[in-house]
Amino acid sequence: MSAAFDEKVHNTLADANLQLAIYRATGRLIDHRKHAVAATALPDYQELRTHANAVKKHTIEHLDHYLEQFEANVAAHGGQVVYCQDATEVADFVLGLAKKRGAHLIVKSKSMTTEEIDLNERLEHHHLESVETDLGEYILQLAHQRPYHIVAPALHLTRYDVGDLFARTLGVANETVVEKQTLIARTVLRQKFLAADIGISGANFLVADSGAVLIVENEGNARLTTSAPKIHIAVAGIEKLIPRAQDLAVFLKLLGRSATGQALTVYTSFLSGPRRTGEIDGPEEFYVVLLDNGRTKLLADRAKRESLYCIRCGACLNHCPVYRKIGGHSFPWVYSGPIGAIITPQFLGIEHEPSLPFASSLCGACAEVCPVKIDIPKVLLDLRAEVKQVEERRGVNRLERLAFKIWAWVMCHPRLYEMAAMVAAGVAPSENGKWLRSAPAVMNLPPVRAWLSQRDLPPAPAKSFRELWRRR
Amino acid sequence: MTSVLERLGYQVDFPEDQTCCGQPAFNTGYRAEACQVARHFLKVFRDSEYVVVPSGSCTSMIAHHFHDLFPEDPESLRAAEALSPRVWEFSRFVLEIAGVDDVGARLEDVVTYHDSCHALREFGIRDGPRRLLANVRGLELREMDAAEECCGFGGTFSVKLPEISGGMARTKIDSIVRTGAKTVVSVDSSCLMQIQGALSRAALPVRTMHLAEVLASR
Amino acid sequence: MSRDAILNKVRTALGRTAGEPVATPPPVRLRVGEVDTDTRIASMLRAVEALAGKTHRAATAEDARAYVAAILDGKTAVASNAPFLRECGIVDLTGVQSGLTDAAALRALCATADVGITSADYALADTGTLAMLASPAEARLISLLPPVHIAVVPKDRVLSGLDELFTILPLPAEQTSSMVLITGPSRTADIEQILVRGVHGPGEIYVVVVG
Repeated sequence: MSAAFDEKVHNTLADANLQLAIYRATGRLIDHRKHAVAATALPDYQELRTHANAVKKHTIEHLDHYLEQFEANVAAHGGQVVYCQDATEVADFVLGLAKKRGAHLIVKSKSMTTEEIDLNERLEHHHLESVETDLGEYILQLAHQRPYHIVAPALHLTRYDVGDLFARTLGVANETVVEKQTLIARTVLRQKFLAADIGISGANFLVADSGAVLIVENEGNARLTTSAPKIHIAVAGIEKLIPRAQDLAVFLKLLGRSATGQALTVYTSFLSGPRRTGEIDGPEEFYVVLLDNGRTKLLADRAKRESLYCIRCGACLNHCPVYRKIGGHSFPWVYSGPIGAIITPQFLGIEHEPSLPFASSLCGACAEVCPVKIDIPKVLLDLRAEVKQVEERRGVNRLERLAFKIWAWVMCHPRLYEMAAMVAAGVAPSENGKWLRSAPAVMNLPPVRAWLSQRDLPPAPAKSFRELWRRR
Repeated sequence: MTSVLERLGYQVDFPEDQTCCGQPAFNTGYRAEACQVARHFLKVFRDSEYVVVPSGSCTSMIAHHFHDLFPEDPESLRAAEALSPRVWEFSRFVLEIAGVDDVGARLEDVVTYHDSCHALREFGIRDGPRRLLANVRGLELREMDAAEECCGFGGTFSVKLPEISGGMARTKIDSIVRTGAKTVVSVDSSCLMQIQGALSRAALPVRTMHLAEVLASR
Repeated sequence: MSRDAILNKVRTALGRTAGEPVATPPPVRLRVGEVDTDTRIASMLRAVEALAGKTHRAATAEDARAYVAAILDGKTAVASNAPFLRECGIVDLTGVQSGLTDAAALRALCATADVGITSADYALADTGTLAMLASPAEARLISLLPPVHIAVVPKDRVLSGLDELFTILPLPAEQTSSMVLITGPSRTADIEQILVRGVHGPGEIYVVVVG
């Protein structure tokens, strides 16, 4: 692994409080989900997953059609679709619109896609104030930190961290009661909502037959972001499309339950176009930014295309034993956990962090809980094979390759295998803990050292199975 | 495993040319090497009526992943497809093929069961081993809270990312210790090696036993 | 142009050509059960209460009016222009202002009122959800800005759940720019996973089913 990754992992593992916070927060989400999808609560859960997978597969495989249908319907309802290839184009669009309208203040609701493109940084660089309004994201914005988890972005922070932060950045008294901290944020942000010129949101789903964006939330900040300012811009990856509004009956049943164990989140907003004639409030202008930023690259890879089915519920993070140890900030990109491990190399290139696909024990807990049945372990295995191909082409990691070549050769020659096994038994600890022949050369092999750094080696049995078998 | 199967009336053969299913290479991304080893495996077991495996992950490799290894080798692919339905993880073989959930075993002990990931998630092996253990005379089975959490072995993961692997092992053994059990049982030797290594390093007086060893006890 | 660039990349990635027809999508999956009205209403109210909302089954419009009056008890309120609220006499209660059609005036009122009173287009029994479509009768901010939200709904609008909603309303966009499903009071657990209600939306919600 890269030095940066190793260091972050090591520091996270060494921080007992953080370990507890991660384990507890994810443990709670695991429990909530379990109850919400139990046979008594959602008897057709498995069927819904299969159906959702089929709908996503169909949509992704006909994405051009649904993009065009979506665009036409957005326009039909008085809105406008803006296709953007990358972060710069999104920023340029927002900046251009802000300039034209004399806008200075932007409120934002939670959107991993906008994190992906560093939108706030770009807007602030051009002197626009862009305020995160989801409580967790607001806290992170003040702290200049990235989200720790897709659904629980500030899970690594304590109330004392928040108290200190608010005192330092908002000039308020240091308050450590969580209800009071929330009230502070509510008061500050309410003024922003009511004064903002533009509201920028994400979208959980883009509905092709309606030209609508679907946004789920619990706080109400997304509703305010998309209803109070005169302009609403929704930013979403092109893969967020689903064909029909009626498909939401399936996806909404899976999303809340998989993410937090809620049958439905507090607010589910189905928004299409600016306010209609006769409607009293709502935005006057409605834009949907459709972002590529590398998604077309993933689309082209048939074997790994299913990575685009993700509905960003976070269930895979919660159930991943590796995530539960190393947390969100150990990952090199905004997307963490198992989904992050498979899309990061595909978006940023395998070379970005070539060991990322290997940071998994392939336990399969992620695939078991993915509401759209992405076979994450399979994609990880594909990525691992790709990494090794790249390494071979580049001529790196030669020793490991050679070791496996020798290993394969020995495995195809049973008599050699038996001899190797006997040698291994000879240098292994015996039943009473003593080493028969302690060979420093063996003990210093990187894999052996790595094993021994965390646990003891197994003792060699007095007799091998083969010996016992032959004596029958 | 042999003694249990023989007690159940089966004729057990141990083809001595067997070596490995190729999983370590496959999991590390060395597909060509995995292919070589897999082909050898297919040759060795071609004529076996049943192949019984004391490991969920090896069974998964053979019965599921062999299919991914031979996109350009139709002959090996056919052999893999032919072998797949005949490959059985040990506890499933006992319960579903032998049709037995009581093998007449006796072991005075307090044990806890660790759900090996591949066995659990690829074959649904969860209730089976527990039923088998329930019928072992003198045995008390206690559930640990993290039974279904990965032990952290993951093949080369254990040595490529040892800190994380070790952390996962320690979470597992903490859970084990909370049960007060004296023995940890599972259907996968690699899990047991990882767990035993961590128990031993922590100087905890808990041993590991493969389900087959428990069932062979009289 | 980015539009063409992206669509071309998509088509190339998928091996499709412009205008190529689409395979039949998986059929829509909607399962609507037979649930009688009283069972639905009971389920609805139970679900709302499980989310810390308060509920009342009013036999008559007068009953509903009295219940709302008791909640208001001297507080200021803004009510939507829903005809049903007028029918129940709720817009005539002391402290209630309604009939606003100007966006700025409405916003100012919502920002200071103690209570927002609305009806709802539908209610979903299994999840305790209110489905609110923006219209001349229902503004968005009334159920959002004031810290308390009271919804008064006639019983025939209570549906069994999402499946029934999308069966009778397959294309909400034909009718409105905004359909919001409200399931309980606003909440967050962003700080130490501790639950706090009333973050941005109302922290208290009352659902009255009439009839």
